[in-house]
Amino acid sequence: MSISIQEHDFDVAAEMAALRHGSSKTGALVSFVGLVRDFSKDDRIENIFLEHYPGMTENALDKIIREATLRWNLLGTRVIHRIGLLLPNDQIVLVATAAQHRGEAFASCEFIIDYLKTAAPFWKKEQTDHGGQWLETRDSDIQRMEHWIKTEKPA
Amino acid sequence: MKIKLVYFGRPREQLKIANETADVPESLSTLAELLVWLRARGEEWARELAENRVRCAINQEFSGLAARIGDQDEVAIFSPISGG
Repeated sequence: MSISIQEHDFDVAAEMAALRHGSSKTGALVSFVGLVRDFSKDDRIENIFLEHYPGMTENALDKIIREATLRWNLLGTRVIHRIGLLLPNDQIVLVATAAQHRGEAFASCEFIIDYLKTAAPFWKKEQTDHGGQWLETRDSDIQRMEHWIKTEKPA
Repeated sequence: MKIKLVYFGRPREQLKIANETADVPESLSTLAELLVWLRARGEEWARELAENRVRCAINQEFSGLAARIGDQDEVAIFSPISGG
């Protein structure tokens, strides 16, 4: 398990290769990459600014990954979250999981990003042509997390 | 008692403060009471620290407004999180 919070970009192929070589038992790799969109409602996004809470954010991600490891038999995980100033189409976040079979890899990857959205302290400010605004946790993200809490163990 | 306050997101930007060590009255015992005390600093503070606007953590754990605060605690005050 490996967590990075960084300003610089990441190379998905290199990260997946590292995860692939982590265990010879790996039969499935799944990755999710979150990107900066160029629109918000009807406004054009010029950039976004991301900040985090050093210490607490790392601990929160660590807890999320440990929880995923309790639910699924994972052979490796990788989470990278960028901070600072990002432009449309930039990569924001990578969540990658390795498992023996695809079911565990898919489910755990989705679980980690859903959990991150509602429990990892990051703050995102969107700058559009109509000014800037701090985004808030979306109800749809909270609902996705509630679904995971209800299904305590994998189906 | 001394409380280390750290700010993130909207309140950090709007109040132009990232962190401070505040000498708060011993009579304050909960996060809710600490927020009331901070709101008395002025109009901007009252607006930015309204209960529906901020979330808090004590010693880097998310905490509800009824949570107790103590000497030397690190209290974080921030807008709702929005990562990923």
